[in-house]
Amino acid sequence: MSFLELKGVTKSFGSNVVLRDINLSIARGEVAAIVGYSGAGKTTLINLIAGLTRPDTGTVSMNGKIITEPGPDRGLVFQNYSLLPWLTVRENIELAIQAVFPAWTADQRAASVEKHIRMVGLGHAAHRRPVELSGGMRQRVSLARTLAIDPEVLLLDEPLGALDALTRATLQDEISRITQESGKTVLLITNDPDEAIYLADRIIPLSAGPGATLGPDFPVTLARPRDRRAMNHDPDFKRLRNQIVNWLLGPGGRVVQSVSKRLILPDLLPEDLDEPRTLFGTSRQPRRRSEQKREVVEIR
Amino acid sequence: MRSKKLIDLLVLPLFGIGLSLLIWHLISGATVSRVLPDGTTEEIKTGLVKDLPGPLMTWEKTRKYVVEPFAKREDLDQGILRFTWYSLVIVAKGYLIALLLGTPIGFLLGLSPLFTKLFDPIIQILRPVSPLAWMPLGVVLFAGTGKAANELGALFTIAICAMWPTVLNTAVGVRAIPQDYLNVARVLKLSRTQTLFKILVPATLPYMFTGYRLSLGIAWLVIVAVEMLTGRIGIGNFLWNEYNNGLYTSIILSILTIGVVGFLLDRAMSLLERRFKTA
Ligand SMILES: Nc1ncnc2c1ncn2[C@@H]1O[C@H](COP(=O)(O)OP(=O)(O)OP(=O)(O)O)[C@@H](O)[C@H]1O
Ligand SMILES: [Mg+2]
Repeated sequence: MSFLELKGVTKSFGSNVVLRDINLSIARGEVAAIVGYSGAGKTTLINLIAGLTRPDTGTVSMNGKIITEPGPDRGLVFQNYSLLPWLTVRENIELAIQAVFPAWTADQRAASVEKHIRMVGLGHAAHRRPVELSGGMRQRVSLARTLAIDPEVLLLDEPLGALDALTRATLQDEISRITQESGKTVLLITNDPDEAIYLADRIIPLSAGPGATLGPDFPVTLARPRDRRAMNHDPDFKRLRNQIVNWLLGPGGRVVQSVSKRLILPDLLPEDLDEPRTLFGTSRQPRRRSEQKREVVEIR
Repeated sequence: MRSKKLIDLLVLPLFGIGLSLLIWHLISGATVSRVLPDGTTEEIKTGLVKDLPGPLMTWEKTRKYVVEPFAKREDLDQGILRFTWYSLVIVAKGYLIALLLGTPIGFLLGLSPLFTKLFDPIIQILRPVSPLAWMPLGVVLFAGTGKAANELGALFTIAICAMWPTVLNTAVGVRAIPQDYLNVARVLKLSRTQTLFKILVPATLPYMFTGYRLSLGIAWLVIVAVEMLTGRIGIGNFLWNEYNNGLYTSIILSILTIGVVGFLLDRAMSLLERRFKTA
C-alpha cells in the first residue's frame, strides 16, 4: 500500500497551468527523487504535499488521509532554507521542537537540540545567526530543524541547489547517511540527475512547464552504500543517467516553446479629411479602428 | 586610519560649529551707547541683523540658566535643564501612549486588508493635521476633568501627532514579512499567539523601531507648540514667556537646547534601532 499518494492533481495560478495530471505514489521508507527543469513546478508540487497549497483538482493523501493543511508530520526543508534571521542556530531548532513537542521537559528539549546540531556537524556555530553562516551551513541548520520535529516524511526541495559542487558532494553524503540511518520516507526534489541517482531508490522526471507532468518511473538498482567515484564508471549508472536525461530532453519532457505575437490589421478606410482639425487632434479618428489579433506559434 | 576617523567624526563637525558661531557673531547686532555733545547718552543699534543677539551676549544674559541648570528660583525662573526635564516627562508619557496605540493599529493595518480598506483613508486624512489644530480639541475633550484638562489635552495632542509614523511603519513592516517565515509557522502549526509573538513581531521589529524613532522626533517637535498653547511649564513655555518679555537671548538658548535634546533623543533611538536590525 502506498504511503504518500497524489491522484489526478492539477494546479494553476490564475491562467497559468503549472501542474497537470500528476499521479504519484511513494511507499513507506522509500527515497523518491523528482528531477525537473527550473521553473517547471517542483516547488509547487512539494508545497501541495506539504499542504501549503491546495490542488485545483485531484487529491493528495498520506496514510490514506487527505492532506488539507500543513503539519509537522511532513517535514519540509525549504528551497531557500527559511531560517528565522533573528534567531541563532540553536534557537531556530529550539523553536521547532518547542512548537511540535510542547509536552517535553526543558531537559528533553535541550538534549534534542544538541543532538540535532551535532548530527549536522554545527556544534561550533550553534550560537550564530543565519547571516553569519555560509550557504552550506544554513542548509544544514534547515535540515537539522526539520529532522528535529521527527516527521513521518522528509520533503527536500532542491536542498543543495544553491551550493557549489564540492559542498554539494559533502552534503549529499550527509543526507544519504541521515536518510539511510533514519529509514524515513523521503521525497527529494532536484535538478541534478546525478544527485538523484546517488540518493534515491526511484527517480521520476517532471516535464517542463507550463502544464508539467510526471514521466515514467526509473528505479535505481545500484547497491547501497553507494560510492560516488565507483558509481561514475558503473555501466548501470551511465545507462540510467542517459535514460533520464534523454527523457527530459525528449518529446515527453521538453519545453514547449510558444511565441505569442500581437498582430495589428491596419485600417483600410482613410481618415475623413472633411472633418475640421481641432487643437488637440482628437476628432480626426480613423473611421474604423485597427483590428488587433493575437497569434500563438508553438515550437516543439 | 584611526586619525582620519577622528577628524571626520569630531574635528570637522567642531570646526563647522565654530564657523557657524563666527558667522552668527558677524551678522548679529549689538547696542552701543554714545554720549552726545549735549551730555545725554543715546543708544543705537548696529550690525547686519540688528535685533539678533550675538553669541557672546546670549551667553552673558542666559548663563544663569545654564550654569545652574537644575535651579528653581521661581516658577518661571528655573534652570534650563529643569525646564527641559518637565518637557521630557510629558513627552515620554505622550510618546508611550502613541506607541501603545500605534503599534497594534499598525499590526491590524498590516494583517487585515479589510481593516486597511476601512480605516486607511481616515488615517491619511488625520495624519497631516498640525498639533496646533489638535491641541484645542484635546483641551475641550478633557475640559470635564478640571485642572487636569491642560495636561490631558497635551498628552492627547502628543500621542495623536506622534502615533502616525509608528502606525504606518509597523503596517509596512508586517506587509513586508516574507511568505517563507509564515510558511515556517504553518508547517510547525504555531498557534495564532505563537505566530504573532515568535514570527510576526520579531520580523517586524526593525520597521517598528524606524517608526518609533520618527515618532519620538515628532513628539519632541510637538511639545513646544503644546506648551505655548497650554501654558504648561517646560522648555517651550519658557521660550514663549521670554518672547513676551522681549528677552531674545533666552529664545536662542531655548532653541539650541531643544535642538540638542532632539538630536540626542534621535541618536539614542538610532542606536536602539541598529540593535534590532536583523537579516
Ligand atoms: N504563488 C504563486 N503565484 C503565481 N504563480 C506562481 C506561484 N508560485 C509559483 N508560481 C508559478 O509556477 C511556476 C512554477 O513555479 P515553482 O516555484 O513551482 O518552480 P520550480 O520548479 O520550483 O522552480 P525552481 O527550480 O526555480 O525552484 C512558475 O512559472 C511560477 O511563476
Ligand atoms: Mg523550486
